[in-house]
Amino acid sequence: MYQYDDYDRRIITERADQFRGQVSRRLSGEITEEEFKPLRLQNGLYMQLHAYMLRVAIPYGLLGSAQVRKLAHIARTYDRGYGHLTTRQNLQYNWPKLTEVPAILDELASVEMHAVQTSGNCIRNITADHFAGIARDELEDPRPYCEILRQWSTFHPEFAHLPRKFKIAVTGAPGTDRAAVRFHDIGLRIVENASGERGFEVLVGGGLGRTPMIGEVVREFLPKRYLLSFIESILRVYNLHGRRDNKFKARIKILVSALGIDEFRRRVEEDWEASRTPELELADEEVARVSAFFAPPPYETLPANDRVDALVLGRDRELGNWVRNNVVAHKVPGYSAVVISVKKPGIPPGDVSDTQLDAIADVADRYSFGHVVVTHTQNLVLPDVKTSELPGLHAELRALDLGEANANKLTDVITCPGLDYCDLANARSIPLSLEIAQRFDRIDYLNDVGDVSIKISGCINACGHHHVGNIGILGIDKRGEEFYQLMLGGSPGNDASIGKILGRALAQDEIVDAVEKVLGRYLDARESPDERFLETVRRVGFDPFKEAVYGTADLLETTGDSP
Amino acid sequence: MRIIRDRAVVEDDFVHVPDGAEQPIGAKPIVRLADFVVVRETLLARHAAVGVRVSPDTLPADIPDLQRLALIAIEFPAFTDGRGYSVARLLRQRHGYRGELRAVGWVLRDQLQFLERCGFNAFELQPGKPLDSALEAFDEITVTYQAAVDDARPLYRRR
Repeated sequence: MYQYDDYDRRIITERADQFRGQVSRRLSGEITEEEFKPLRLQNGLYMQLHAYMLRVAIPYGLLGSAQVRKLAHIARTYDRGYGHLTTRQNLQYNWPKLTEVPAILDELASVEMHAVQTSGNCIRNITADHFAGIARDELEDPRPYCEILRQWSTFHPEFAHLPRKFKIAVTGAPGTDRAAVRFHDIGLRIVENASGERGFEVLVGGGLGRTPMIGEVVREFLPKRYLLSFIESILRVYNLHGRRDNKFKARIKILVSALGIDEFRRRVEEDWEASRTPELELADEEVARVSAFFAPPPYETLPANDRVDALVLGRDRELGNWVRNNVVAHKVPGYSAVVISVKKPGIPPGDVSDTQLDAIADVADRYSFGHVVVTHTQNLVLPDVKTSELPGLHAELRALDLGEANANKLTDVITCPGLDYCDLANARSIPLSLEIAQRFDRIDYLNDVGDVSIKISGCINACGHHHVGNIGILGIDKRGEEFYQLMLGGSPGNDASIGKILGRALAQDEIVDAVEKVLGRYLDARESPDERFLETVRRVGFDPFKEAVYGTADLLETTGDSP
Repeated sequence: MRIIRDRAVVEDDFVHVPDGAEQPIGAKPIVRLADFVVVRETLLARHAAVGVRVSPDTLPADIPDLQRLALIAIEFPAFTDGRGYSVARLLRQRHGYRGELRAVGWVLRDQLQFLERCGFNAFELQPGKPLDSALEAFDEITVTYQAAVDDARPLYRRR
């Protein structure tokens, strides 16, 4: 993974000092809370319902074991003994004290980490495919480009006060999008053109929130050397022309849809022709310098026949289910990638304790070259595990309460913090995910239902990505009571689609029953066990599911509630 | 009035002329763009140095006689309104503007470094804010990754 040199180290150390000064000027009254707010936000410090929340950047989700131990130490020393994995591959602490944040930043800087630009109206942490570098379907490792973009975006002087936040995601696997690039302000796909040259397909204007939109292609093929200059032109057009009068219409997707993709493209290309300079071109030497940090670890030469099937079908059913659901094929023979699910009955999705973090660091050192990856589904990945060592690893994870065999299954729920923490929320989302985890905590049922994603947001800002859940749940406020809308048919991947509301909103004591009815109808309606939930919904349409949830009378209703 | 110019606190030798005023006085007036457009020949002939004050939605192409202006003041209606940063870069890098580029309006110490990197060299801070200690802000972060007005080379070409 990337290692800081003196330049990188200096910038992060100086940043911690700078923030210490900003905090002391806030405490002395030299700056007002209004003036302090953007400063703290650009440093990841966000005011939630009860307290500050500090969001730590995990660039493209990649962590070394020393960093994981530091995150555990911070959770133990400055917070309440846990951290929360976010849908943008970051980790956030829910209870830091303002006066201690500069000390936390010093701690982070000591392991080459920071909280720069994890909130606020600026370019946020760059996210990537969580199987980057190891996926069999990958054309090229996207992480060197993510790191180049991280450096370019860090304290970019021109784009620190954009109309709204700005998120960039990169994938190097054109066939399978695990980074939801079509739902980012800018999505980058590494592709090959007709003459075999590698470059980027550039998508723009995707996003969730109140107005979900699928990104559109602004450049079909961008030679790699123009990566920074072209993105800079997109940002400049947005910075100058994006709406600033209404924060709900300020994202780039609104500008793109108002101008139309053709006019937006024309403006970007015009700016780019006028502003690109030879200095701005991405030099091959720089790509090579950064890529060297992501060179494969010293893999052993192992036989290709790695007996995964034998484990799946073996006598140890718990191990078999875990291997079947949480182990992913690796591009190197004899190795596997392992998803550590932190989704467990009784635990809010994404929460990890300090002791678990320490233990994960330890396991990563012994089984996976000391590397851990945070996924946007709020889980962790050990990227490089010897397949022969899976049983031993599974036994250790089980002992740590981290052996749940539910990756990509029904109980692998994505959720926002909801009304328990967030002052934007209309409804609680964590209790709902806990109820789902409890209700469906039967491995045979999970396996039978197969791959299905449930995503829950406590309000229309959509932090739980409900629009792209195969099953999406949105908390709304109905005359002071918490209600939930049920949506079906969303997908964040190459087959991107936005879920649609099934019918009238449901009360808190109806919603999980409704999910169960939807799943029951799917099991009846699918053509074969190979037909996934999303495929069935797309094939049969909404009527059978409406009937299952609302009964025949409600079928006559053509419109559901809208927020 | 005291301002920051070229990283020093100095007495301002320019005078802001109120919007719509008919007769600017003093050797170095700063007039609103809309007023400048009407009487620009007279202004440029009569005054030693003329400055123009523009809103952040003004693009360089909207400013006539750009190269004859001694000063362009870009307004920040809110410190969170970042359009002025792009306008400044365009003025410096694409239009070769070399006169004083001044940030006015809601300008705060913690913006100074980014503003300077985008080409501003003068700053009117929000009234009541300390000026001398604000000078420290220019050197708080001493490494810059990106190309900007201060250096056309990204860090990887300097590393």
